[in-house]
Amino acid sequence: MKIHEYQAKELLREYGAPVPGGYMVTTPEGAKEAAEHYETCVLKAQVHSGGRGKAGGVKLVHSPAEAFSCAENLLGKRIYPHQAGPDGKLVSKLLVTEAVDVQKEFYLAVTGDMENAGLVIVSSAEGGVEIEETAKTRPEAILTIPVSPMTGYRTYEGLPVAASFGLDAAQTKELHALLRSMVRLYLEKDCSLVEINPLVLTKEGKLLCLDAKVNFDDNALYRHPEIADLKDPAEEDPMELRAQAQGLSYVHLSGNIGCLVNGAGLAMATMDILSAYGGSPANFLDVGGSATAQKVKAAFEIVLSDPGVKAIFVNIFGGIMKCDIIAEGVVEAARELGISVPLIVRLEGTNADKGKEILRASGLSIIAAGSMAEGAKLAIGAAK
Amino acid sequence: MSIWVNKDTRLIVQGITGKQGAFHTEQMVAYGTNVVGGVTPGKGGQEVFGVPVFETVREAKEKTGANASVIYVPPKFAADAVFEAADAGISLIVCITEGIPVLDMAKVMRYLAGKDVRLIGPNCPGIITPDECKIGIMPGYIHRKGHVGVISRSGTLTYEAVKQLSDRGIGQSTVVGIGGDPIRGTGFIDTLAAFEADPDTYAVVMNGEIGGSGEEEAAAFIRERMTKPVAAFIGGQSAPKGKRMGHAGAIISGGKGTAAGKITALRKAGVAVAETPDRIGAALEEAIRTAGVYGACVTCEKVI
Repeated sequence: MKIHEYQAKELLREYGAPVPGGYMVTTPEGAKEAAEHYETCVLKAQVHSGGRGKAGGVKLVHSPAEAFSCAENLLGKRIYPHQAGPDGKLVSKLLVTEAVDVQKEFYLAVTGDMENAGLVIVSSAEGGVEIEETAKTRPEAILTIPVSPMTGYRTYEGLPVAASFGLDAAQTKELHALLRSMVRLYLEKDCSLVEINPLVLTKEGKLLCLDAKVNFDDNALYRHPEIADLKDPAEEDPMELRAQAQGLSYVHLSGNIGCLVNGAGLAMATMDILSAYGGSPANFLDVGGSATAQKVKAAFEIVLSDPGVKAIFVNIFGGIMKCDIIAEGVVEAARELGISVPLIVRLEGTNADKGKEILRASGLSIIAAGSMAEGAKLAIGAAK
Repeated sequence: MSIWVNKDTRLIVQGITGKQGAFHTEQMVAYGTNVVGGVTPGKGGQEVFGVPVFETVREAKEKTGANASVIYVPPKFAADAVFEAADAGISLIVCITEGIPVLDMAKVMRYLAGKDVRLIGPNCPGIITPDECKIGIMPGYIHRKGHVGVISRSGTLTYEAVKQLSDRGIGQSTVVGIGGDPIRGTGFIDTLAAFEADPDTYAVVMNGEIGGSGEEEAAAFIRERMTKPVAAFIGGQSAPKGKRMGHAGAIISGGKGTAAGKITALRKAGVAVAETPDRIGAALEEAIRTAGVYGACVTCEKVI
């Protein structure tokens, strides 16, 4: 789960990290009032995407009046950061924050190290740019330092970072305190990323978190209701939200063949086979390894609510869940929902023949496919 | 022969009285797995399909001589279930549960390091040695006894691969679902090494997918250490970047973990990579024909 910059900064502040003050506003009037607290300040569009600055989502303003007009220009508009995809992001919240005189910019993050079942500190003395970019062009400029989830941060782990940043003794102490806060936040709130980019050294020689990004492990949200509450539904795909509420795993894509599959691996493979034969999947959808007729119906409703869908490909490998049960769910959903696009169904595994018979006997125009490849080809043909 | 589980495996089921636990206990017993006991705190003394229920794993192990455990408990309690099994001296732990927090798994793996314990999973279908021992949730009947080892990060795609093999008359030595989570107990390399060492396994199929670097590391291992032919499929070739595709571990992040990168690495290591998921069986057949072990790998009736 992702949260906004202003929320990430509030969390970091709670954990004792040096974060500049600011106000989250949703109106030009609010921006003007907030700007009255500062001589110069920065308006930052609060959207879940990097690259906001280049997309015009970050503005330096010198007066409350300028803050008002600038906010008027940003709020309710879309910005198009390169990371955000072709639809861009709608700006409905701004962070008004103090402008800071910067001496140096760094990159500092704590993230998961899956291969070693732990965490890593990732740092670079070249901040302000995306770490992926640095990784490509100057990988030697990146330090990665493992941290154990059993012990948390230990001071010696941060020393190479301080050295690479060229910090003096007082600043090194600040860095240790910051890293301790970041790791504690990561471990206590089940984060998947705590990223400060840029971390800056101010003209006064102090460390300050100028931007912050904090992501969380979805599987652990049950034990952090206060974090789950930070979710901004406006940032999520509405169909993905609906699917989540139904316990379905769904990812919205841009193609025209709706997919309904049991199991994540087979669901990915189904997208792949459609693409390999020249088709274009409209979604990833896993109804679960043990799908019920009810879940199948809910899945159909979500797939059908995508206006781009011109055909539906149901690809089921019945294991413990039997194909006849799935077939009954498909028939029931097709009847109740009045599916108007071609429906191609491939059933394999337990009771596949019984399932096919149920589809045939239904009298509905369901196209039964003998194999995954045949089903994919039929679906592609039907979607044209 | 086989790897890790066989007719001598004595299994206990953690969470045996739950809906999933009870259902799959019945299925495993019906398949012929030697299920010697179950554990649910507060329900000791009961029976589930003739299997005695105990209060703790330690008690179950002492009274039944169990050497393996399968976990069907909800994600909140799953990490503790692994700790309990490890502390009781169970040497093979299979965790089916999906949705365990990453940090819980990180702590589990740190705890197990250096101990004589193998964890398979979590978020996996389990492990099966056909006709001997089925531990998990896979449909037993699609498997045939034979000489091809299967490793996979997914559930239903594993069944797909197994069915394709069985339909071609190619039986399996052991099929291992290593799971779809980013942190897993047993990875590709451990499993490949076990298959390489198993005299009864002549070839291996591996199903990988986007996310992480397990397949790339497996490719290096195959190039340097494997003498047996390997076929593979990598799922998620058409997946967008930055989106988690169902499995917690299936995500391309920071340009890493792409299907293309994994396929290139595997091909360089001499692995026969299937272009599409319906060709996994065909890719393996081609690989074993080239290696001259096709005849030895045909152990059951062909149906296609």
